[in-house]
Formats: sequence, structure tokens, C-alpha cells
Amino acid sequence: MNANEINQQTLLQNETDPLTHTAVHLLSMEGIGKHYGNIIALSDVTMAVDNGRVTCVLGDNGAGKSTLIKIIAGLHQHDAGVLKVMGEDRKFSSPRDALDVGIATVYQDLAVVPLMPIWRNFFLGSELTSGFGPFKSMDVEKMKDITLKELAAMGIDLRDVDQPIGQLSGGERQCVAIARAVYFGAKVLILDEPTAALGVKQSGVVLRYILQARDRGLGVVFITHNPHHAFPVGDRFLLLKRGKSIGYYDKKDITLDELTAQMAGGAELAELAHELEQLGGHSDVVKEVQGEVAGVTQTTGRTYE
Amino acid sequence: MTITQTKTKTAAADERVGKRSPFQKLLGRPEIGALVGAIVLFVFFALVSPTFTQPNAFATVLYGSSTIGIMAVGVSLLMIGGEFDLSAGVAVISSALTASLFSWYFTTNVWVGVGLALVVSLSIGFINGWILMKTKLPSFIVTLATFLMLTGLNLGLTRLIGGGVSSPSISTMDGFASARAVFASSVNIGGVEVKITVFIWFALVAVATWLLMRTRVGNWIFAVGGDANAARAVGVPVKATKIGLFMAVGFCAWILGMHNLFAFDAVQSGEGVGNEFLYIIAAVIGGCLLTGGYGSAIGGAIGAFIFGMANKGIVYAQWNPDWFKFFLGLMLLLATIVNLIVKRRAELK
Ligand SMILES: Nc1ncnc2c1ncn2[C@@H]1O[C@H](COP(=O)(O)OP(=O)(O)OP(=O)(O)O)[C@@H](O)[C@H]1O
Ligand SMILES: [Mg+2]
Repeated sequence: MNANEINQQTLLQNETDPLTHTAVHLLSMEGIGKHYGNIIALSDVTMAVDNGRVTCVLGDNGAGKSTLIKIIAGLHQHDAGVLKVMGEDRKFSSPRDALDVGIATVYQDLAVVPLMPIWRNFFLGSELTSGFGPFKSMDVEKMKDITLKELAAMGIDLRDVDQPIGQLSGGERQCVAIARAVYFGAKVLILDEPTAALGVKQSGVVLRYILQARDRGLGVVFITHNPHHAFPVGDRFLLLKRGKSIGYYDKKDITLDELTAQMAGGAELAELAHELEQLGGHSDVVKEVQGEVAGVTQTTGRTYE
Repeated sequence: MTITQTKTKTAAADERVGKRSPFQKLLGRPEIGALVGAIVLFVFFALVSPTFTQPNAFATVLYGSSTIGIMAVGVSLLMIGGEFDLSAGVAVISSALTASLFSWYFTTNVWVGVGLALVVSLSIGFINGWILMKTKLPSFIVTLATFLMLTGLNLGLTRLIGGGVSSPSISTMDGFASARAVFASSVNIGGVEVKITVFIWFALVAVATWLLMRTRVGNWIFAVGGDANAARAVGVPVKATKIGLFMAVGFCAWILGMHNLFAFDAVQSGEGVGNEFLYIIAAVIGGCLLTGGYGSAIGGAIGAFIFGMANKGIVYAQWNPDWFKFFLGLMLLLATIVNLIVKRRAELK
């Protein structure tokens, strides 16, 4: 699928190029490539992000998902292909550039400073200030209030926003990073495996946040390993494997089973079931995996017929 | 999977937090260890030496503390920002030499030299920071190189221009009296002569504290020291912040350099070597983490005060000054152990 061929149906607000008045994507990548020294992390990846739509990126460990979003977030620069924001060619030289056009990111490693208090982390890089010129100071009380409110809205009731963030649990820290991005993301919200460390309830909250952001008209990029999280919220699915795109689907063109099958690969799952059985795995689990394998072979059969 | 819309909860008072008394809050501050140490040391010297608590003696202790403390302000901020400056000691002398040699050689008003020295001091800081950011080498190596280069330049240029190891006297030159009034005068407070550097020191500590606690630049300083990659990822200008910190050290070096020059009328070109460690020690005793991201300007000031008390207290107690270094080493060890415990408590649950 080509990102250029715009499916009007998926555009919420009909973004248009200010000069030509033709429709453009909020953000699009065409043939993006990136290598770290001699390691090719990403090659020829194409995808688009639109207002009010969720683009999911799925793939195994090391598939290049984080590399992809780091290019959008301005942390790395691509060395092949084009990145367009509102139809305009861009290459962000720093995360500040990306933030300035309204792209906020929840990084996989969260990008928090452990020794700093929660409220300082929440507003890091985007502090609220009052006063003039050299006497500008931070509006500390307001920042603390907002931090507490935003986290309460996520279902995290903090003991004390003055606590160093390093003292929070992994999931709580993740929630701070998400709440921060949701609060500052003006146009595009990128989430790199936001549900990885979260409990069922908080995962639900995050998925709901994604939908709320979508409904507010933001373009969302959602990275996950879990097709069960991706499918209910996603509008488009980009599947990556070893740095290459192995599929780019509109929601209407794919089912959850097909998505799972594409991600895992039927043969690999069958092998896993076999191995688990040999290792004396719990019979229920083995049965479940076998069931999944059956589903996979069924659906892959359908897909490749 | 269905996603249900639930009402957002508002924060309620949390039963898991015991009310923290002001005393407990105080215990969480980085400089608390140093403060306790300073009080113990003060009481100790007050007991062993009756002269120690005399106003005049105390003014002398404060003056000694201020000559370390002024630099400790810049060095503490830099350490919180995650870097070292080994050239800070000789940079003070470089600044003083610039002012004296320039105004002497060109027979200008000394204020021209003072202005040029400020430019040179800030430039040394800028160059340190810039090389560090470009090469991504540890600041230990980069500033060790600048330390050696400045040491050589101080000696070489002084001999070349002034013809000796000491800069020529500038006491008869235009502007000397007014410059001395600004950088090296005393203020009479109730019959006690207090050196102006003490007030400059207090002012610098106040500004640095405000900067750290209340401004966005302060937030950035903690962040670049705590985790530079995370800071960059959320849009903090890491390079500018670090270069700015090195320049702040340069500014402090300029103030102390001008004091050293105008307290007399000449500077020894070989001085300053080794002082960089005193500034670092003051910052560390004051609770700044060597690894960055934690500390305070007040802590550095208390560290400098401990240094000043130990230095002069030993004299007032009429002990052999040989013991001074032992004291300093012991304080440093105790302070770093306290800091380590603090950091472990903050990082681990
Ligand atoms: N800074 C780097 N330097 C060198 N190689 C890197 C760097 N970052 C990533 N890589 C490599 O690029 C490949 C893709 O990494 P990336 O982090 O994008 O994977 P991912 O899909 O996010 O994986 P995961 O699901 O584990 O987060 C990996 O093989 C990794 O080793
Ligand atoms: Mg990743």
C-alpha cells in the first residue's frame, strides 16, 4: 500500500496542503531507511498518520519499531526516504524540533530522570513559567497541581509529587511518561510499548487514552507486541520484521486472527507448542497454544490462498 | 475486548502518606549531612578554642570560606549538571593574570583589563564545555588538558610579558582604587571588618539556589546531570545547559581572580594548582553527587564553610596545621558515605 494514495475515508478533518489545497497526511513516511554504523535497523518502510486515526506498529523484538518512532520523535535522523509533516519534507535535528510541531512521545525507556521529583519530570523541557526576562521563574504550585490531577485521571493516586520518580514502580513510572505525553502532545502522540509494564486496569486506561486522543483529533502511533491491544484501537497496522515492512493494512482489510498469524508466523507457533509439550509444559497452556496454532494455520491458509 | 468509559477519579487524600513534619522534610535535603557536620565542627572548635567564637575570628573564618565558597557555587552547579572542571583552580589565576598583564602592558585603566578578564574567563568555560560536547569525552580528561595548558600559559605568558614569575605591580594604575573597592574591600559591621567576598559569596549562593529551585534552567541542570539522554529526549537543550555551566564556573573564577589581584597588586603565576580539588571537595561534602543530578548550592556553601572552619580552627586551637589535611580527608569520606546512602534510598525502593 502506498502512503501517497490517500484514503479519504480515514481522514477526519480533511487536512490539506496550504499551497495546493490537495489532501495530505498529518505525517507520512515513504521508503524510510536507517542504519547504525553497519547495522541496518530499518529499510524501505512506508506508513502514514492522520488526524483522528491510530496507526499501530507491530513486530518482534529488534524489528525496528523503536528506531522508526525515534526518527519521528527527532532522536535519530533517517538516512533514506522522506518524512513529511503536513505534506512538508522534514528531518528533525533534535527532539525539541519534533515537540515544537506538536509531536509528543512516550519512549520505551520512558526518558525520566530517576533522582528528580515526579512533578519536575512531568514538566521537564516544557516547564510553566511566570514573570519577565531574566526573572522568569517556574510556576511550581501549578505544575504540582497539574501533575497530581493528570495522574489521578489515569487511576494513579500518587502519594507525593515531590517524591523522586525513581521510587515509583515501573508501571507507575510508565503512567507518568504517558500522562506527560498526552498532556503535551498537540498533534501527534507516539507510544512505544506503553502497556508493556502495566496491569490489566492500567492497560485498559492507556487504551482508553489512545481512543480519547484519537477522538480529540490527534494522530496516534501505537507500538506494541500485543495484537489484542492493537486491534481494538487501531485504524491501520504496520507489521515490521527485521527492519522491513511485511504488511501495511487498513482495519477493514484484516481480522485479529490474521494479524496475530502475520505477527507470529504459524510454523513458529507450532514449533513452540511442540517444544512446550516436550518440556512438560502445563497441559492447559499447551492446549491453548495448539488451539492458536490451529487458528493460525486456518487463517494463514485463507490469507495465502 | 471492550473498552468502557469510566468517570475519571479525582485525587483523594492518601492514607499511605504519613504527614511529613518540617523536620522530616529537612532530613530529605541533600545538604543535611554537611549541615550536621558543620554544627559539630563549630561546637568542637568553640569548645577547644575560646578565640574561635570571637567576632573577629569568625569574620576571618568566613573570609577563608568565601575564597573557596565563591568557586564552590559554580563547581556545585556543574557537578549537579554531571561534570567536573579540573581547570577551575588555575583558571582563577589566568583571569587575574589577564587583567593585570593586559592593563600593565598597554597601560590602560585597570577596568579594561578587568573586562577583558571576564571575557577570557567565560571563553575558557565555553571552550571546556564546547570541546566536551563535541568530543563526548569525559570532562575529567578534557578539563585535565585545559588545566595543564592553562598552567603552562600562566607561567609562560607572565614571563614573556612581565619578565618574572609574578605579574608586575599595578597599584599605581588608573582605576586600581575603585577596582579594589569593588573586589577586595571590607565592610564594617558593628566594629568587625567583614571582607566583601563574604557578601559576594552569599549573593552568589542565593542566586544559584533560586536558579536551581525555581527556574527552568535549574530543572535542566538537574536533568542533564541525572540522565542526559532522557533530558534530550524530552527537549532539554543539553549542550547549551552544560556549556552554560562551564561558563558559570568561569564567571566565579573571574570574581575570585579579581579579588586575588586587587587584594594585593600582583599575582604569582604558579598559584592555583590543586585548588580545583578544594572546590570539588566543598561541593561533595555539601551533598552534591559526583555522578550528577543531585545536590544544592547551599550544600556547596556549607562545604566551603566546613573547609574554612577546619582551616582556621586548627590555627585558633593552636594545633599543628599538619592535621588539617587529615580533617579534610575524614570529612570528605564521611560526606561521600552519607551521599551514597541518600542516593541508594532515592533510587531503590
Ligand atoms: N543505538 C543503536 N546502535 C546500534 N544498533 C542499534 C541501536 N538502536 C537499535 N539498534 C539495533 O537496531 C535493531 C532495531 O532496534 P529497535 O530498538 O528499533 O527494535 P524494536 O523493534 O523496538 O525492539 P523491541 O520490541 O525489543 O523494543 C536492533 O537489532 C538493535 O540492535
Ligand atoms: Mg523497542
